[in-house]
Amino acid sequence: MANIKQLSEINERLVGGHRLCGGCGASVAVRQILMGAGPDTEVVVAVATGCLEVSTTALPFTSWDCSFIHNAFENAAATITGVEAAYKALKATGKIAKDKEIKFIAFGGDGGTYDIGLQALSGALERGHDFVYVCYDNGAYMNTGIQRSSATPSHSWATTSEVGAVIPGKPERRKDLTSIVAAHHIPFAAQASVGNWKNLVEVSEKAFNTPGPAFLNVLAPCPRGWRYTSEKTVEISKLAFRTKFWPIFEIENGKWSMKEIREKDLLPIEEFLKTQGRFAHLFKPENEHLIAGIQAEVDEYYDYVKSMCAK
Amino acid sequence: MANVTVLGATGNQMVAEAFRQAKVDVLPAYPITPQTTMVENFAKYVADGRVHTEYVAVESEHSALSASIGASAAGARVATATAAQGLALMFEELYIASGMRLPIVMANANRALSAPINIHGDHSDVMSCRDCGWIVLFAETAQEAYDQTIISFPIAENPNVLLPVMTTLDGFVTTHAMERCELMDDDTVAAYVGDRVPENALIGGPKAVSHGMFSSLGGPYFKLKKVQREALENSKPYIQAEGDKWAAITGRKFEFVEKWECDDADYIMVIAGSSAGNARVVARELRAEGLKVGIARIRLYRPFPVAELVDILKDAKAVAVLDRSDCFGAQFGPIGLDVASALYSAGAQVPMRNYIYGLGGADVTLDALRQAFTELPQVASGELDQSLNYLGVR
Repeated sequence: MANIKQLSEINERLVGGHRLCGGCGASVAVRQILMGAGPDTEVVVAVATGCLEVSTTALPFTSWDCSFIHNAFENAAATITGVEAAYKALKATGKIAKDKEIKFIAFGGDGGTYDIGLQALSGALERGHDFVYVCYDNGAYMNTGIQRSSATPSHSWATTSEVGAVIPGKPERRKDLTSIVAAHHIPFAAQASVGNWKNLVEVSEKAFNTPGPAFLNVLAPCPRGWRYTSEKTVEISKLAFRTKFWPIFEIENGKWSMKEIREKDLLPIEEFLKTQGRFAHLFKPENEHLIAGIQAEVDEYYDYVKSMCAK
Repeated sequence: MANVTVLGATGNQMVAEAFRQAKVDVLPAYPITPQTTMVENFAKYVADGRVHTEYVAVESEHSALSASIGASAAGARVATATAAQGLALMFEELYIASGMRLPIVMANANRALSAPINIHGDHSDVMSCRDCGWIVLFAETAQEAYDQTIISFPIAENPNVLLPVMTTLDGFVTTHAMERCELMDDDTVAAYVGDRVPENALIGGPKAVSHGMFSSLGGPYFKLKKVQREALENSKPYIQAEGDKWAAITGRKFEFVEKWECDDADYIMVIAGSSAGNARVVARELRAEGLKVGIARIRLYRPFPVAELVDILKDAKAVAVLDRSDCFGAQFGPIGLDVASALYSAGAQVPMRNYIYGLGGADVTLDALRQAFTELPQVASGELDQSLNYLGVR
């Protein structure tokens, strides 16, 4: 992998001037991931409807210095596989040079991936197209105003899993998308975070260099939705890792490996929860027992990933 | 000189042949009755190495059209096929394909929409998508399905058109019945359709491009819709030109509306699709009996051939418009609405009665068609009103 100085010299494919919020984890994720494609490789990006799309392609301006396509909300995976199929067909007829290398990547938020786009993603993975799919997971439908998705964490506030007199936020546990993707037995899948740029660029390089489908589930905090001030995105991402909220791991040809939390770095889940307004209600005396439940949940998932790595 | 193979074939076989001969680059498809044998036949061409096509066996019709959009934006020649619930599932993508001005040729095996679930032929599916900005063609026969599928490629890909085309044939009656067909040789078709020369393709072009961008309040959305309407309307001469060019090769004429004995007709039936054959049988009998009837058969449905139809119908004493689907809550079925507004806007005071027929594959009997024709003198005299009627419901 290139060092940070070399990475800083790579021409950005998502350029400045876009309209994403300050501190938006999605834009950080996209920029770091596209660095993994290499400096000179031609890239085609497909983006699902969402913040990333509306904020980067307001007609007549585009923030993409690479070819870009947006189709709809639930079908970024299907759309990019159509592009990839075209590439193969045009190569076969010589309309594109046989040695021309193009990388294909789709970005969707958690709404466009865990929920409405899951079917299209599953189909695209099963069909074995050579592409990278990235879910930038900010844990809710942020573009439309922080509605809950199946990635929204347990007991989080969201505007469709409200905190009220009888319900203290979202009652349901979040979906384990990375394992669902792994069950497709694709060559490469990883869970990463914008809080660890080195790992993120590394797994992106692996994803791009893997023939066949590759998948990245990237934690991408959202200041607006998570209720924190915009300078804390990376800090909170790091806490997500240290508190087991977001384990960092990869599955390469069926082999699981994880970035274990060093004992001195390990923190209780409160340290993550207390940084964000979406969990503020959990710190009221009547809700404190819920934090113990969340701790048990993240412990269990961390142990599950660990057990998969031990296999 | 073109070589012609005469064969017995179904509509689905003939459409699959058209896709093969047009050298489609990408064909994303999901199987659904009565389209299934079309994509099965094509999959065999792929398996046998007879085509270079990337057959993308998607997990739904929504993804079929989504992938078609991606492939077309990438610069490939793209075809897909569907029917009924599949077309309904594609609904969102139909507007996106036309709004993004992407050439895609989609064959639709016209079939009833649920509920109750019914796999048989009618026009409920295609008519529910008539306002999606696609060029829409109706075939009567397997031969016509083949011809219209072939001309769809150069129409869609013409830089002055750049619109998706839905080439339709009636479920089972046309998709599955064996007919005498003429297959042109591969080289003739290849020379006729030529290569797609894409502009602003995602790949292979001189620069990076963005497709499917965002237009917020105050953006160009409104203006782009006007341009889109004009593009569809302006596609007519290009559609006719391709039909003429293909006719010069095959000897089979292409008209937006086929006129059958309309010139001296007092009473004219407007119809689309496979039932026109039965209508002609009845019309011949009635002419022998002294009733001067004609048939205006719609082949191009969108953009709607207003001028052509008005010209055919304006001097008739009464018109029967046959619809194989209904627009629930509206005054008439879809073709009924179109014909009524065409006549009204032309100031033509022609009495019109609308007949809904053959839904869910119900038999389109000669007796029922005779009823529609023979009611027209009473419609002309005012004894029968200009209403919507379900024809032959038992």
